[in-house]
Amino acid sequence: MQDVLDPSILQALLLTAQLAALTTLLLLIIGTPIAWWLSRTKSLLRYPIKTLVSLPLVLPPTVLGFYLLLILGPTGPVGRLTQTLGLGTLPFTFTGLLVGSLVYSLPFAIQPLQNAFEAIGPRPWEVAQTLRASPWDAFFTVILPLARPGFYMAGVLSFAHTVGEFGIVLMIGGNIPGKTQVVSTQIYGFVESMDYHKANELAALLLVFSFLVLLPVTIWGQKKEAVANG
Amino acid sequence: MGEQVFMPKVQAEDMQNLNKICLTLQKGTFKSDINVDFKVGQCLALWGPSGSGKTTLLRAIAGLEKAQSGFISIGGEVWHDSSKFINLPTCKRSLGFVFQEASIFSHMNVKDNLEYAVRRNKNKLTPIFWENIVELLDMQRLMHKFSAQLSGGERQRVAIARALLTSPKMLLLDEPLSAVDVHKKDEVLPWLEKIRQELSISMVYVTHSLDEVTRLADSVVVLNEGVIVNRGSVLEVAYSAQTPFHTQGEAQGVLVEGTVAHVDNKWHLIELVFVGGSVWIKDQGFKVGQALRVQINASDVSIATQPPIQTSIQNIISGEINQITQQNHPAECLISVNCRGTVFLSKITARAVKQLELKPGLPVWIQVKSVALLK
Repeated sequence: MQDVLDPSILQALLLTAQLAALTTLLLLIIGTPIAWWLSRTKSLLRYPIKTLVSLPLVLPPTVLGFYLLLILGPTGPVGRLTQTLGLGTLPFTFTGLLVGSLVYSLPFAIQPLQNAFEAIGPRPWEVAQTLRASPWDAFFTVILPLARPGFYMAGVLSFAHTVGEFGIVLMIGGNIPGKTQVVSTQIYGFVESMDYHKANELAALLLVFSFLVLLPVTIWGQKKEAVANG
Repeated sequence: MGEQVFMPKVQAEDMQNLNKICLTLQKGTFKSDINVDFKVGQCLALWGPSGSGKTTLLRAIAGLEKAQSGFISIGGEVWHDSSKFINLPTCKRSLGFVFQEASIFSHMNVKDNLEYAVRRNKNKLTPIFWENIVELLDMQRLMHKFSAQLSGGERQRVAIARALLTSPKMLLLDEPLSAVDVHKKDEVLPWLEKIRQELSISMVYVTHSLDEVTRLADSVVVLNEGVIVNRGSVLEVAYSAQTPFHTQGEAQGVLVEGTVAHVDNKWHLIELVFVGGSVWIKDQGFKVGQALRVQINASDVSIATQPPIQTSIQNIISGEINQITQQNHPAECLISVNCRGTVFLSKITARAVKQLELKPGLPVWIQVKSVALLK
């Protein structure tokens, strides 16, 4: 137990929680308009956009991390921009880690939201407007409440997926204790230094956490199916 | 000079009593130009087979569907004028819309659904108006229920009440009874009739049911593949042989409007007089002089080439054969008979046509077995 309270472990846990929470929050904010647009549009652009959003599901995190490193790095387009804005470069910083996490977990936020919006269909949105609700009003008073299960799902999945990421974190964040070292990279570090005991403790913690997070999602999914099947 | 100022004023006043809808719509392969006028407070039925573009037109009036160009003025309030780049979004048009299927917000109970409309209504509603609508549509006992706990008919009643609580200038209804069980239509239709009578609100009613048209509408526009194929008063359109009313599953027949001429208290019958004849129907407390609309189905009308004697049928009218049309089934023929101005339809067998040697121009007597009262 003393080992778990090791300041470096605590630091990693805290950083992981911060990263996951911030990623989830931002993804719900960014993901909502994208998912809404994808669920409504008939534009042909939806195919490439949908594919782009789904890419992190199939690409090795190292590929994503590598390109992010290039783009955000001192010679990359975003890197130059951040430098001229006096922000320095993002790789090997918490912000860089956050950007990586946002990209990596994007599909886990978009897909549940898009499914929820599609399940609601266009009707409630139209009904609200025939009742004099402006589009914003209709969105906040009708669509958001009806899509609540989708938001819950998107939040849980984004959070859990961010906690579980490794490759992209390593590529873009390095493994700097207190700065970019998260639980998954710290486990890797413990294993590298042959500290199997500490690695095991942290790994077990993550395992239990993941199980507890996914359990309600599974139960909820089952219930929804039962309702759908009458 | 004075005249020039005066003229537009008259026009403006005219516009206040008129709903004018001109729209050019493009949907899939067909393009349609629709031009419809009707008086404020009247109910216009858009009738046509499915795929005829009637729902698209209704949605375009509401601004839910994009029109290529158009002009919509509802009682003088311009919703759309493409020549002036005016095209109000749906939420700025003072309309009520009742959708085909249940549209009650499922995350709110009935009361919250109704209040959703009230809160967004710019005209502050008097509590009396709320009370009236709640009472008119019998909402009180449904207030705390959710959509899933309501019957199809109840849901549509809530949707109608909610639409009315926006105090619309125009109520648009898209086949509001199509999702309601056939035998439950009377859970909704009488309420719509009540609204017609008590609120005198302009309505556009999309339907493929003749029964609904005759009970609710003042005038009818018949659409087919996005084109207006017939229009006029309910009576005119129902008479017309071109109107595809007669080819749909519903009973074929004609509508007759007349006035009560006699009340026979001994036999509890009344005589309804119309152009070219009269029929006796059951008395239901009518008064002399009262106007009634009745439907006479083709299958309830038989034809004789001699004046029938010794028959139980009381309603015998003389006329002349207009037209004989073969029906879908080879055994059936539809005969239209002109009885001095009023046209009746009779469905008889092809064999009977042959045996009686019926042909256009032949004088005949029609026997009406039953008459359905509509209004």
